[in-house]
Amino acid sequence: MTATDRPGPPLWLLAELTYRCPLHCAFCYNPVDFARTRAEDELDTEGWLRVLNEARALGSVQCGFSGGEPLVRDDLEILVAEAHRLGYYTNLLTSGVGLTEDRAEALKAAGLDHIQLSFQDTTKELNDFLSHTRTFDLKQQVAGRIKRNGWPMVMNCVIHRLNIDHIGQIIDMAVELGAEYLELANSQYYAWAKLNRDQLLPSREQLERAERITNEYRAKLGDKIRIFFVVPDYYENRPKKCMNGWGNVFLTVTPDGTALPCHTAKMLPGLSFPNVREMGVGEIWYDSEGFNRYRGDGWMSDTCKACPEKEKDLGGCRCQAFMLAGDPAATDPVCDKSPQHQVVLDAVARAQLPGAGTAAPLLFRDPKASRRLAP
Amino acid sequence: MNTDADHPRLSAHFRMQWEEAQQAWVLLYPEGMVKLNASAAEILKRCDGSRDVPALVAELERTFEATGLEAEVRAFLDMARQQRWVADT
Ligand code: SF4
Ligand code: SF4
Repeated sequence: MTATDRPGPPLWLLAELTYRCPLHCAFCYNPVDFARTRAEDELDTEGWLRVLNEARALGSVQCGFSGGEPLVRDDLEILVAEAHRLGYYTNLLTSGVGLTEDRAEALKAAGLDHIQLSFQDTTKELNDFLSHTRTFDLKQQVAGRIKRNGWPMVMNCVIHRLNIDHIGQIIDMAVELGAEYLELANSQYYAWAKLNRDQLLPSREQLERAERITNEYRAKLGDKIRIFFVVPDYYENRPKKCMNGWGNVFLTVTPDGTALPCHTAKMLPGLSFPNVREMGVGEIWYDSEGFNRYRGDGWMSDTCKACPEKEKDLGGCRCQAFMLAGDPAATDPVCDKSPQHQVVLDAVARAQLPGAGTAAPLLFRDPKASRRLAP
Repeated sequence: MNTDADHPRLSAHFRMQWEEAQQAWVLLYPEGMVKLNASAAEILKRCDGSRDVPALVAELERTFEATGLEAEVRAFLDMARQQRWVADT
């Protein structure tokens, strides 16, 4: 890094307030070892207030409160109020569990700008949801609270092999709940979703059908709702520009205060990431080894370094390179120029076989499973 | 597409603010941000539902001692409506 390519500010601050969560999504993006972070290891209110202040002083302006389930933290309102006072645009990413009438009003009074309501918990919740039972009632109540408080109605549903064939019903439900934006994002294969990848990766036929139906709904519904459909990158031949570049705009702070360039980066070997308890956010962002390691292109594999497209995707995702090629500096194997691209093709090929994904049961995220997998 | 009866106004779910670190006006919305160039910012600042397009153009021309801004303003507003930054009242 030279002084001239000093990165811009961390425009996006993601505050992962807690890993605690009442749900058990099989595609959960929390690290598999999340249970190592106990409630008493979480950053306290003072700690989060300091992070909010320091990051804002650097120029952070979008602030996301996520988890786990951020509503589990009873100081959420205090943190939102401070973020609002500092001039952030504040986003809450929630499953809606715990968003009571009172808390919704308190969050509104604190200045919360936006709630993204997610549909989670793969099978059970989805089934409930599709059959209008308990979960649907909960979502309907929460959706009502979101509307009454004047927030935009933004819904997110993680799509995968087990629910993708219900895409039309999912869109119908979202419309019924009054969603203005609906994100149908295919699961990304990290953390728990990586463990469940064979069960979650849809077939090509499923994907094409879902995209076709989504397009039909778009044409039919017009301006009423904006629907985003995100295909799994395994079906692409170029990787995504992960996090818009390592240490470029995103700063994640995990529940215990570890600062990361993205919420899964802790898995990468040979890299240490600073903790906001020990280092100021400015020093973390500009000077720490963890944030500087994959900035620029000096670290790139020869394949990427010589590639005319390297500015477009910056070689893809470091975590995916590590998971699939065993080397965080490798070309993301999603890219068809990667020497390890076959790994992705094999996973995709398996997804086309009849009975794919049924060989093993889904592994649900919960603290017990976490302790078993990462003692 | 816009008629002179329209009074453009920033949409409810968008917020415009000056960002010191970026030395720019930005438009904030759910999980997103657009950095505005100076002329876009001057137009959007005046989209408060109180004036129609001819009044908006006239005010800009007065403030910046310029003429012939109408085409640029209308083109920007068309784009901004498409992006839903702006609605009409
Ligand atoms: S993905 Fe599911 S289990 Fe994981 S934090 Fe979100 S709601 Fe909880
Ligand atoms: S070789 Fe590297 S830089 Fe080129 S397209 Fe593939 S991942 Fe991107």
